[in-house]
Amino acid sequence: MIINSRFFNRSELIGFLTLALLLFVILPLSLDIFRLNLVAKYLTYAFVGIGLVLCWGYGGILSLGQGVFFGLGGYCMAMYLKLEASSVANTKIQSTPGIPDFMDWNQLTQLPFFWKPFHSFPITLVAIILVPGIFAFIIGAAMFKRRVGGVYFAIITQAIAAIMTILIVGQQGYTGGINGITDLRTLHGWDIRTDHAKFILYFVEVVLLFACIIAAQFIRLTKLGRILVAMREQEDRVRFSGYSVANFKIFAFCAAAIFAAIGGAMFTLEVGFMSPSFVGIVPSIEMVIYTAVGGRMSIFGAVWGSLLVNFAKTSLSESFPQLWLFGLGALFIAVVLAFPNGLSGIWQDYVQPHIDRLLASRKAKPGNGFSVADGAPAE
Amino acid sequence: MLIGHQPKDFLLAVSGLTVSFDGFKAVNDLSFYVEDNEIRVIIGPNGAGKTTVLDLICGKTKATSGSIQFRGQELTKLRENEIVQAGVGRKFQTPSVFEDLTVFENLEISFPRGRTVFGSLTFQRDAAVKERVEEVAEMIFLKDRLDTYADQLSHGQKQWLEIGMLLIQDPDLLMLDEPVAGMSVSERAKTAELLNRIIKGRSVLVIEHDMKFVEDIAHKVTVLHQGQILSEGTMEHVKNDPKVIEVYLGH
Repeated sequence: MIINSRFFNRSELIGFLTLALLLFVILPLSLDIFRLNLVAKYLTYAFVGIGLVLCWGYGGILSLGQGVFFGLGGYCMAMYLKLEASSVANTKIQSTPGIPDFMDWNQLTQLPFFWKPFHSFPITLVAIILVPGIFAFIIGAAMFKRRVGGVYFAIITQAIAAIMTILIVGQQGYTGGINGITDLRTLHGWDIRTDHAKFILYFVEVVLLFACIIAAQFIRLTKLGRILVAMREQEDRVRFSGYSVANFKIFAFCAAAIFAAIGGAMFTLEVGFMSPSFVGIVPSIEMVIYTAVGGRMSIFGAVWGSLLVNFAKTSLSESFPQLWLFGLGALFIAVVLAFPNGLSGIWQDYVQPHIDRLLASRKAKPGNGFSVADGAPAE
Repeated sequence: MLIGHQPKDFLLAVSGLTVSFDGFKAVNDLSFYVEDNEIRVIIGPNGAGKTTVLDLICGKTKATSGSIQFRGQELTKLRENEIVQAGVGRKFQTPSVFEDLTVFENLEISFPRGRTVFGSLTFQRDAAVKERVEEVAEMIFLKDRLDTYADQLSHGQKQWLEIGMLLIQDPDLLMLDEPVAGMSVSERAKTAELLNRIIKGRSVLVIEHDMKFVEDIAHKVTVLHQGQILSEGTMEHVKNDPKVIEVYLGH
């Protein structure tokens, strides 16, 4: 009996190393800082994608409101940066110096209490995880304990995304409104607008991305990962095997929210602002599309999907601005109809067998140095 | 209310159980008792409420009124997973196994350990788990299929796998809904053999139509008709009960 106890199987290891090589070496060496910063921006969606793989691909819980968590993470980070940029010295022309400019424009004379903790960097970092995590927990507990699932859950998350946008736009004085939180300058005194800072931030993000990939892979390989798959297929059987299905759904939804929030916080740092246009229904659905195109059952697929669709989005929308959205819609329909497992599914069905055959034929030749090394861990 | 009147040695005591769907009483003031190590078969014509009774006991359907006591614990107030943890296992009529998981993983999920979120995150596939899974797999004739994905199993094998998943839970009360339905003749014989082996040391509540099978295993038979008990007793007694003959053959 073969039970794979290794953390990555061979094809996953190849995927991991390829991605590491691309993100750590090839892209930083071959792209100028402007393009590298764009890649960094694309990769922030990969965090959301990894969360969706767990929650949607494995757990079968489709959330059309991941933008909410992306936004919560982003806004937490943005407010920290904004408060740092709004020192009394920088804002002395305002009627109330020392508060963010948009608050001053909206006749606020005092920083609202809920933004006060964001003066502290450690608290901000904790908030980036906790605020979306707790919010997801509340939504999850309210929905899953009542056995709301499937399409109904997707619609509710979409409604929450819409509400969130309306709230942010409507409460200008507290949130910066439709413009979002802009004019961010330094992180703990370190200027994030320079090319050098962008270069460093790119690597910080890639390291975080790999940490998230490993965390997601860990979850996937535990019994919890298998229960998610089981739940997607036969919810009742899981329930009658003694598990509280709602708790497992809440866990998957919270994990996805936290991954999305880390992506959102990195987005703020990479792009230098946060606005409601990354929170609402449209960005939330786009995030699902990136994951679907990459392959909702594959953690690496989600990263590739985010990179490739966004790359296509940038290049196509530069040349055909009107056509792009139709293209994205068509892409989604094509993936759902023809390739439900996305790019990673295509890879596994069409490319992987060739590679395996190639490796097998090499292994068959005697005297090949690889044969021993490859044969040993196969048990 | 009769609660408190029953002798304490019943494993399962159902009393005054009623459930109505939009006024239609699928189960109507039903009372019966199952003892330790008893094998009880519920028979009855279609629509008699047999499956509903199992649904009520395992918590899938909530009772309108009445009580279900299991080892002195009131089941009607518990959630499904709590009822399972109390020691009640349920097999559904159509095989419900996890088709995207292997036979091993299917059985492992039913292993009664690490049932909370964090318990399952830290769950280790240790020797005890492997041993138990292999032991059960042998019982259900799937020992050499442990790495097979469940979607590649035949209908009969899926039924066995689900029975195996219940076995690994080691329930005190095992409820089986038509365990041999839709099986080939040879599968049927093997299943009867399997059931005869696994029912030892626990109480079993079975719904079955196959009378030969019922005669083989039943200690006591309960005949349901229109949500109520028509007759109860040994197979011999039930077979000769004029009311039962009337319902089964009368029209």
